[in-house]
Amino acid sequence: MDSDLSPQDKKDLDKFIKFFALKTVQVIVQARLGEKICTRSSSSPTGSDWFNLAIKDIPEVTHEAKKALAGQLPGIGRSMCVEISLKTSEGDSMELETWCLEMNEKCDKDIKVSYTVYNRLSVLLKSLLAITRVTPAYKLSRKQGHDYVILYRIYFGEVQLSGLGEGFQTVRVGVVGTPVGTVTLSCAYRTNLAFMSNRQFERSAPIMGIIVDHFVDPPCSSQRPTHMGQPCNYRAPDEEDGGTFAGVQDSQEVCTTSFSTSPPSQVGHSPRSFSLSLSLTFDFFSSFHTCFSFHFLFFLFVCFPSCCLFIVRLSLRVDEGRRSVSPSDPVESLSAFTRKVGAFVNKPSTQITAASLDLPFAAFAPRGLDSEENDPMVINMLTDIFCVQASLHSQGSEGSGQQDDFVMVDFRPAFSKDDLLPMDLGTFYREFQNPPQLASLSLHISSQSMADDLDSLPEKLRVYEKNIDEFDAFVDMLQ
Amino acid sequence: MLALLHTILLHRSTGKFHYKKEGTYSIGTVGTLDIDCDFIDFTFVRVSSEELDRVIRKAVSEFKDALSNSGSDGMGQISLEFYQKKKSRWPFSDECIPWEVWSIKVNVVNLANEQERQICREKVGEKLGEKVINVVEVINRHEYLPKMPTQSEVDNVFDTSLKDVQPYLYKITYQITDSLGTSVSTTMRRLIKDTLAL
Repeated sequence: MDSDLSPQDKKDLDKFIKFFALKTVQVIVQARLGEKICTRSSSSPTGSDWFNLAIKDIPEVTHEAKKALAGQLPGIGRSMCVEISLKTSEGDSMELETWCLEMNEKCDKDIKVSYTVYNRLSVLLKSLLAITRVTPAYKLSRKQGHDYVILYRIYFGEVQLSGLGEGFQTVRVGVVGTPVGTVTLSCAYRTNLAFMSNRQFERSAPIMGIIVDHFVDPPCSSQRPTHMGQPCNYRAPDEEDGGTFAGVQDSQEVCTTSFSTSPPSQVGHSPRSFSLSLSLTFDFFSSFHTCFSFHFLFFLFVCFPSCCLFIVRLSLRVDEGRRSVSPSDPVESLSAFTRKVGAFVNKPSTQITAASLDLPFAAFAPRGLDSEENDPMVINMLTDIFCVQASLHSQGSEGSGQQDDFVMVDFRPAFSKDDLLPMDLGTFYREFQNPPQLASLSLHISSQSMADDLDSLPEKLRVYEKNIDEFDAFVDMLQ
Repeated sequence: MLALLHTILLHRSTGKFHYKKEGTYSIGTVGTLDIDCDFIDFTFVRVSSEELDRVIRKAVSEFKDALSNSGSDGMGQISLEFYQKKKSRWPFSDECIPWEVWSIKVNVVNLANEQERQICREKVGEKLGEKVINVVEVINRHEYLPKMPTQSEVDNVFDTSLKDVQPYLYKITYQITDSLGTSVSTTMRRLIKDTLAL
């Protein structure tokens, strides 16, 4: 049958079927992302929209589809299937539907490849767009979130419908006859949605995911193809990009709800740097016993996590004079604080060494201390606290009298300014820290007042009964 | 109503044709848009064209008003007809030859309470899904489509008035049957009006 086709027609037909398969996968997966899809019509042909339909290409999905195809095309006995399943937060899974792109032996030799087949494939894609919103999995996918997510899997070969349970329904999306066979697109979907727990899936390839977490890097982010789709100009040179994906390993991946423009690298780095700065902070404070400063800083870091990174970086700039120090290095950061001790302590002869400080990783701090730098107006709260602690724990050769001294540290919290405001954050905190206990909360006072009240109660009652007419007149006046 | 009409028009619309000197043409791109129905549990896909959407909404709105005015428990039918124009010699006007007609019959049902409305909402959603599958099944039989026209005849086959997409020439008509069973001759009046307008 192939001998009846001209080489150009054969080439075109193979290309149509290949990109139809890729677009089919895109339509199905995008319909299960959980959001409404919107693409714009364009009166001018862009040359990159296959089948004259604006269907965006998710690179990871294209990659997975090409990986499943492995250079082959859907043909007789070789079906391309997209399996949609549901996975709960507890780890249970259930297959929802299986979309099958198949080809049978029924040929239409008189059909024109370059026009009729192409247009009919376009109509079939439109039908697929419509049908993907009709099957039960669509509503489930729109409601996915914390309780469950929708996953997809692409495989090539024999169709597997056993996971759909009993009584599954089949809907045929459409057929397109070609000179080499009839392309059929259909969907088998589960009707029994009763959940089956503790199922063991035996698969050759892991299930790939849709959505879940914006912060998960797509595994192929470093291997994104440079071309999004292929031009549909028939005379354009054929570009095969199968080599781009050689060496990609199977992995469980997820696609984001939203095709955000945020590049994965930035999203991926932020949480790591944030967590590093937090761990630095908590290690730092683990040795502190000053309750008010710890609580205040803990409150600050909990409520304003972004401040955490900023404060650490500020400290490093002030102390080290280097702008490239990364806060992700706890030892180096700690050494910065260690060096800062000397600047605030009003004892020029005090030699505070790293070893004498009750600090984590103090033994790793470098011995040589740089000369002091004049502090700019930038607030460095962490350093202030460090100095207080250091002075309390200093064991220098000055003797025990030194331990009674304390350093008056000007408490200047970060991000507050000494401006014209009558009361800034630091002043407020100093004035209202350690407030006296309320008198009524004191057990002794409250019990004493209650005893007094009980004793005076009879006298009060006598007075009230005596003046009862006055009270009644007052009540009448109010009414 | 909109769901079914838009589903049909999605399949019967192409991108804008751009004819070239050597007798070939290129086709623009059709975008799509997911629309959630307001009162039914259903989502449909329509062509991403606000102009086309306005025309369809206007026709459906007129049909809805006519149904409402006909009284309770009325019936009606709205039809989407695709046609071709055939040039006729003077003094005869061009002939409109329908090649595909879709008719949607509607029965108005009164619901007593919110519970019935909820049940109806789900049932109608399911029925709509079945109808979309029926539409897709018919369209994919590929029984007849007009031949692609030359540049001079494109207006006889396609509606080229829209800026972004190009559906086949179509018209929407409706017919109301009131509760007494008598048919209002809206369709005839509209057909005559359209013919005279040509």
